[in-house]
Amino acid sequence: MRRAGLALGLAFLWAPVILLVAYAFSADRIPFQWGGFSLRWFRALAENERLLEAALLSLRIAAGAATLATLLGGLAGWALARFGPFRGRALFGVLVGSPLVLPEVVTGLSLLLLFVALQGAVGWPAGRGALTVLLAHTTIGMAYVAVVVQARLAEQGRLLEEAAADLGARPFTVFRTVTLPLIAPALLAGWLLAFTLSLDDLVVASFVSGPAGTTLPMYLFGQIRLGLTPEINALGAVILALAGSALALVGWVLRRAARRMG
Amino acid sequence: MRRLLLLAPPFLWLLAFVAAPVAILLAIALAEPAMGVPPFTPPLAWDGEGPRWRGTLLSFAILAEDRFYLDAFLRSLRVAFLSALLCLLLAYPMALGILRARPSRRLPLLLLVLLPFWTGFLLRIGAWIGLLRDEGWLNGVLRGLGLIEAPVPMLYTDLALYLGMVHSYLPFAVLPLYAALSRLDPALEEAAADLGARPAVAFLTVTLPLSFPGALAGFLLVFIPAAGEFVIPELLGPPEAQLVGRVLWTEFFQNRDWPLAAALAVALLALLVLPIRLFQRLEARP
Amino acid sequence: MAPLLQVQGVSKRFGATVALERLSLEVARGEFVALLGGSGSGKSTLLRLVAGFEAPDEGRILLDGADLGPLPPHARPVSMMFQSYALFPHLSVFDNVAYGLRREGRPRGEIARRVAEALEMVGLSGLERRRPHQLSGGQRQRVALVRALVKRPPLLLLDEPLGALDAGLRERTGLELRALQRATGAGFIMVTHDQAEALALADRVAVLEQGRLAQYGPPRELYERPATRFVAGFLGAANVLEGRVGADGRVDCAAAGCTLRPAAPPPRAPGEALAVALRPERIRLVDERRAPAENAAAGTLRDLAYRGEAWLALVATAGGQELRVSLPGGATPPAPGAPVALAWDAAAVVPLAD
Repeated sequence: MRRAGLALGLAFLWAPVILLVAYAFSADRIPFQWGGFSLRWFRALAENERLLEAALLSLRIAAGAATLATLLGGLAGWALARFGPFRGRALFGVLVGSPLVLPEVVTGLSLLLLFVALQGAVGWPAGRGALTVLLAHTTIGMAYVAVVVQARLAEQGRLLEEAAADLGARPFTVFRTVTLPLIAPALLAGWLLAFTLSLDDLVVASFVSGPAGTTLPMYLFGQIRLGLTPEINALGAVILALAGSALALVGWVLRRAARRMG
Repeated sequence: MRRLLLLAPPFLWLLAFVAAPVAILLAIALAEPAMGVPPFTPPLAWDGEGPRWRGTLLSFAILAEDRFYLDAFLRSLRVAFLSALLCLLLAYPMALGILRARPSRRLPLLLLVLLPFWTGFLLRIGAWIGLLRDEGWLNGVLRGLGLIEAPVPMLYTDLALYLGMVHSYLPFAVLPLYAALSRLDPALEEAAADLGARPAVAFLTVTLPLSFPGALAGFLLVFIPAAGEFVIPELLGPPEAQLVGRVLWTEFFQNRDWPLAAALAVALLALLVLPIRLFQRLEARP
Repeated sequence: MAPLLQVQGVSKRFGATVALERLSLEVARGEFVALLGGSGSGKSTLLRLVAGFEAPDEGRILLDGADLGPLPPHARPVSMMFQSYALFPHLSVFDNVAYGLRREGRPRGEIARRVAEALEMVGLSGLERRRPHQLSGGQRQRVALVRALVKRPPLLLLDEPLGALDAGLRERTGLELRALQRATGAGFIMVTHDQAEALALADRVAVLEQGRLAQYGPPRELYERPATRFVAGFLGAANVLEGRVGADGRVDCAAAGCTLRPAAPPPRAPGEALAVALRPERIRLVDERRAPAENAAAGTLRDLAYRGEAWLALVATAGGQELRVSLPGGATPPAPGAPVALAWDAAAVVPLAD
């Protein structure tokens, strides 16, 4: 009975994805119509320069935003878990959690209004594009990283760090030799989460970006509104293959790390 | 001192990119729309001698008076509520199924729930369009089986809207529910059985009430973003599905009425404050 | 009349691990049985098989002569008290105790009366409205106990019922547990890894070793006449001496450099190997000049540990084997390094079967 429920749910989640990938290999011009096996849509994908450009921009923004978010979010999560009470802690906690719960349209609109106001007041950021999207995605990503890191540290407790300090390690050495290895998996997971969120975001990017900064979701949104082509099937197949391999790689790294820690 | 140095970067960042934008949003919701770039007159201006307040409640008055906006809010709440409920109904057997699987299979099953999530949101929406439209895959299959003669309109209906919503948000409901269920002592259900409860009774009297906080968290995790959702109603829903996210988008991008868009955002925030607080309190529980 | 519970040749494997191996055991009506063993001995698995949470791979379990096999847990008349107590955290003390009676569909009045009686019996009256997390550990333990007992099961299964309590509380609670068992007349099967607890409370103790029944009998019999090396070592850490049976019924032990003579002739032919158990508290210090020729050994006091009621002395015998000797706590023992002479009665010498 429970197994049937799980199978039903997974089938619902996977059916569109499997069909999307399967019809990537169809020669037909209409998506989701079988016209014999063909790789033509993968070739079309490889030759679609605007799409590739948008994808490259998205990847660059996602990598940058995820890295910045991991640094800032890691610090924020560590502060929340280990700094104890400090002035402004309540405000800090609310601010860290806000991007997680604000609707995308609100985040997008408010950040855009900030960028417009900043440009008017101090002239930076000059215009909108990749940089403003990067700033917005960093803000959203750091909230997720902070939550993951804080949870990891809270679950571990301070015992190991206290033991290291007791054995004569200075605070920075404690951080480098104990805390950092402990939160490394959380940082990796947080980076991936921030990267994925950035790659997938349409709404916030649409608000804060300008004509020069068309990300992949923005490009796809325009294309889907104009009419579907099987190129989206091919793109889906490529992304799923990449995500699957990335997942396998990360799983392998995390398993190795877990084994080393016993 | 060292702590302050470490705390400063994230704190300043959050003040600049979370606190300041929300403050500006509130201010611009009180601004008067105007022709120009940006298309509004700032509510607080400097005119030689000192600051002068030129704010107005005009945009909020429009929201309150025009039935169109009130309907958009009510419709958003209804769609978000139903989507969250459907997600929860589907998520319960899934979370239980994963929990009852052999321990070595649980993580792979969880990943199976999450992996479709990584195909790209818009691509999955594109897939639903390809499946549901009149000349799409599903109508083709139904016609091939002789079940229908003419295509049944499915895209741009409530059916497509809810399919898209549930498909996109289901993992958000499964994860907190699974976390809550896996924290329960398995001995509790055994104790119920030992005391004479049949499996269904044990579930209703023990597992269900004890997993309620997790279920509520999952519900809110769907409800909160769904209430402001733009893409799914825009690409899959019926034209009359004018939800808040969509209306805000139109006011901003097409009508270029920034103060009204900001007022809509503020109203949406006000509407979501209670669910958001509730969700944060659930998350803060040990 | 059939015994209350019959476990007949039950085996249970989890993957490659054997939890129980053709185990048979009976529990009489109103009897208090302790299942004693280390972790992995299969004692908890046996309890879960009787409760119905696991199904045996082979063998049968009968209650009052009727096979429990086809019955799911909720239809079995036995009740269980869980090691974690498994109190329902969302229900009050009253609702926890009433849970089983409600499942039986009892009238409200009867439920209220029986719950009140049960709580009264363990001194918890007045706490009906509390939630489990508002109770002390000892109170939680008693709620778990009466929740299982209130249905008046013929057989109660207790998984480490005293395991989570402080040392100070354990002894008293254990005696209360036995008083309750006597008062209700229910059969009790208690899983424990604590030998003192098992010996103090149970009518019969079953010692489990790697899924097999090593010995089953009244506490004194197990303690004084352990059947195997394992039981002798597990209960009270007896000395085990490896010897060889001599011509006239004596046992020569080269490792301890002594000759042992059991009260009865050993159950082996002369020349065969025989292991013998010797309890530390049955060995006494004697004057070297008056040491007997048999059932005595000489050695050097190696180490001393004070335990309040007794001294534990480790004596290295001439043959090389170390003997544990328990000396009265009130006396002043010799200093470590001193030569000592040991002696014991013939009745203390227990030949082991295995």
